[in-house]
Amino acid sequence: MIATLALILTLQLAGEIAARALSLPLPGPVVGLILLVLTCLIRPSLVDRIRPATQGLLQHLSLFFVPAGVGIVAHLPLLGQHGVGLAVAIAGSTLLAIAVGALAFTWVARLLNTPADEGGDD
Amino acid sequence: MTDPVLIWSYLSQGPLLWLTATLAAYLLGDAAFRASRRQSWANPVLIAIILLALLLGVTGTDYATYFEGAQFVHFMLGPATVALGLPLYDNLRRVRSAFWPMLAALLAGSSVGVISVLMIAKAFGIQGAVLASLAPKSTTAPVAIGIAERMGGQPTLTAALVLLTGIFGAIVVTPLLNALRIRDWRARGFAIGVAAHGIGTARAFQVNQTAGAFSGIGMGLNAVLTAIIAPLALTFFG
Repeated sequence: MIATLALILTLQLAGEIAARALSLPLPGPVVGLILLVLTCLIRPSLVDRIRPATQGLLQHLSLFFVPAGVGIVAHLPLLGQHGVGLAVAIAGSTLLAIAVGALAFTWVARLLNTPADEGGDD
Repeated sequence: MTDPVLIWSYLSQGPLLWLTATLAAYLLGDAAFRASRRQSWANPVLIAIILLALLLGVTGTDYATYFEGAQFVHFMLGPATVALGLPLYDNLRRVRSAFWPMLAALLAGSSVGVISVLMIAKAFGIQGAVLASLAPKSTTAPVAIGIAERMGGQPTLTAALVLLTGIFGAIVVTPLLNALRIRDWRARGFAIGVAAHGIGTARAFQVNQTAGAFSGIGMGLNAVLTAIIAPLALTFFG
């Protein structure tokens, strides 16, 4: 577990340095994500060794958003001032974006005849 | 016996108390989520945030003090983002075969998200810094903050709007896409990743591994695209 964490932190660090040095429009961790894929491609034997700890992290992805989420409370006065407008804007545009994105995906997939992936859970 | 007030004043200064409270609130939220038979409205992040906000209010603790303890959990967002590379690697073959559908969904979902939020907000009289903070709301928080700042938005307000978008998206995605009868896990995952970043991705992983992997890709690609689209959209629709 510690070895996997060290690898992940090293890739994040490399991503952070690359993002800043090359002034990429991506944050360091997203560059680290790409570096992890490349590492797995170069050394496929690594994949099974890092899988348990990596999946452990991803299983609780929600937890890591909690501290920043509590920060919403600090903005309640400003959010309340534009409450209705912000709520309608966020709700409306998020519904639209999800629906349009998913429909565009399925339309193009059907057009090009790529098989859909419908197995598994609910 | 020591005065409880002294114990409180000691604990309320260190990180231990609020770190513990954050994990406990999340476990309660997760337990409620399981008890609801994994219904999407019982979002564990939302429940944990409400519990902690109430606790901070009752104890009169400010956010900076809370964050002293919670920062250790917050830090893990970075490594967890890197970890998304593994499901991406696992699905690389499927990703390659879905290149054109993904490109279409990315362009459509991202531009509809940015333009519609600006148009609706403007119709409600929202303008200036708040509008600029709202434009990148579908992107992962660190990228959104960078984009908003370049357009004259406020960093912490941007973070709050990004999180609200993620929570709302995670709650509505399952009923919405069921109603639209979209059953392709790749489409479902990719669309929520583009519209509702990491919180949407966390929701996708709760439902299906393929959906989770595609959601992570959608989130990553939209981080790049929003950096380009948001300033343009703000010029034309802001």
